[in-house]
Amino acid sequence: MSAPSMGGASRDGYGKALLRLSDDPRVVVLEADLGKSTKSCHFRQNFPERTISMGIAEQNMMLVAAGMASSGKVPFASTFAIFTERAFEQVRNGIARPGLRVHICGSHGGIHTGTDGSSAQSIEDLSIYRSIPKMTVIHPCDDLSAEELTVQLLDIEGPSYTRTARNKVPRMYDDESKLGLKIGVGSILEDGGDVAIFACGVMVEKARNAASVLAEEGINCTVVDMHTIKPLDTALLSELAESCGCFVSAEDHSIIGGLGGALSEWLSTNKPIPLEMVGVNDRFGESGGTSELMEEVGLTSVAICQAARNSINRKNAS
Amino acid sequence: MGEAVQVRIEELEEMARKCRIDIVKMTHAAGAGHPGGSLSAIDCMVALYGSTLRFDTDNPDWEDRDRFVMSKGHASPAMYALLHQMGVLEEADLMSFRTLGSVCQGHVDMNWTEGVDFSAGSLGMGLSFGLGCALSAKMDSSERSIWVMLGDGETQEGQIWEAVMAANYHNANNLRVIVDRNRIQNDDFMEVQMEIGDIAAKFESFGWNVKEVDGHSMSELVGVLQWAEADDSGPTAIIANTTKGKGVSFMEDNPEFHGKAPNNEELEIALGELS
Repeated sequence: MSAPSMGGASRDGYGKALLRLSDDPRVVVLEADLGKSTKSCHFRQNFPERTISMGIAEQNMMLVAAGMASSGKVPFASTFAIFTERAFEQVRNGIARPGLRVHICGSHGGIHTGTDGSSAQSIEDLSIYRSIPKMTVIHPCDDLSAEELTVQLLDIEGPSYTRTARNKVPRMYDDESKLGLKIGVGSILEDGGDVAIFACGVMVEKARNAASVLAEEGINCTVVDMHTIKPLDTALLSELAESCGCFVSAEDHSIIGGLGGALSEWLSTNKPIPLEMVGVNDRFGESGGTSELMEEVGLTSVAICQAARNSINRKNAS
Repeated sequence: MGEAVQVRIEELEEMARKCRIDIVKMTHAAGAGHPGGSLSAIDCMVALYGSTLRFDTDNPDWEDRDRFVMSKGHASPAMYALLHQMGVLEEADLMSFRTLGSVCQGHVDMNWTEGVDFSAGSLGMGLSFGLGCALSAKMDSSERSIWVMLGDGETQEGQIWEAVMAANYHNANNLRVIVDRNRIQNDDFMEVQMEIGDIAAKFESFGWNVKEVDGHSMSELVGVLQWAEADDSGPTAIIANTTKGKGVSFMEDNPEFHGKAPNNEELEIALGELS
């Protein structure tokens, strides 16, 4: 794989994907006064007749989307991740329960969002949407993968939640490698037999950096871009549990209920091997620059390295 | 009013009477459910299905059918009774209400019951759903109308007013609302819990066209439904003044029967009054 390059934020990929999806006349876009931020604004600019402004009223937006889905449309409804949570019951009862194909995108997810402060930093969205039956939950790591995976949403049954991030990060994919991505299938970025690191979103880059550092210590890591939190790629978990024998999870999300939670649920009932979790340790964020905040909260390559060593030590001790 | 229409009104009144019998029987059989709000809403629903709504019971998925969104989904017995009287549901379906595997779920559900357009249960969501259906119909240049039944207590939900605002802004002139104004909610009378005041004025202030009617007068209802259907200058709302538990003396205006089924003795009295 070519060296990472500075690309765009995953929200840019979402915006581009909507334009690609416009070929399907069923696709409609709903906004809640944050189109410039979620990047649905590009669709609005080109297809105003298929873009519906719902104002700052997220609960209404979710059920309008449901009504449109029941009438044969394929709605993509987006706002900040944190504001989708305001409409949790609407998503649960109005969209997911009847199995309507509404695709929700929550942008500005995680601590990475930065200076806006803790009210804007959703650290529980993956957890709450993952707990809803029938929901697909994805969290891409860069703009190219976000674009590719969003386009694929058109072909899935049922509703979905996609978390995107505000800030630009180095690309983990290029125009060729992104074509190998598939919803529900973990993407292996590095191959090594000592420990498997499962990361999502902005933590994928940090996991790869950690793997480079660990390689110098003679530790060989598998790094998986676990862009799909649900359905969980249990075939890959099974395979890597066998070959690596210990895991690390890394996410810009609470350690409760997100990617780490999903892995631990599966491991504890299928293959009880060590898992170390890097994530937000049951606390709220605060205002700050993205890098200093990630450092403050413990979402760093250093933390992933230490988690990997701990996980390996536990494996060797057992 | 001509003679032919008069006969039709009597037919609708007779259908509503049969629906009321179904409502008390099925809630009695289930030992649960919401008879009060079903009995207040049923005349509006019979009038709508009997005079205005375009649908085809032989082709329930007809794309251009009008939609009926039962937002006050706890009044499901009214919906099931109506579908029974139209021949869509069997008596046995009604008697299985709220039991495992029944097509008659506790709250109306589009995935469980043929002829139901919305999965309800949580109040405040149906008007938004109806708006989504209405906007889709306009995008598709379809003539279909979207009808939404709200409870008056339900208008305490903030989402209702998000949808009221958005419907006018987006000129959803194919969206029509009936508010079952029975003045009682789960715990007590609205004036005790949270009286909303002049609902008509509130809709009007958001640019809706509004009329108030006696929600138990079949002739008034048929007239106002035709007005709403014909008015395409904006979204329309009908405030139907009703009596909770209408038709069963001990349930009328009685908050206790919002969510309580009749026992054996009460069933006999109710059936006697409705026969």
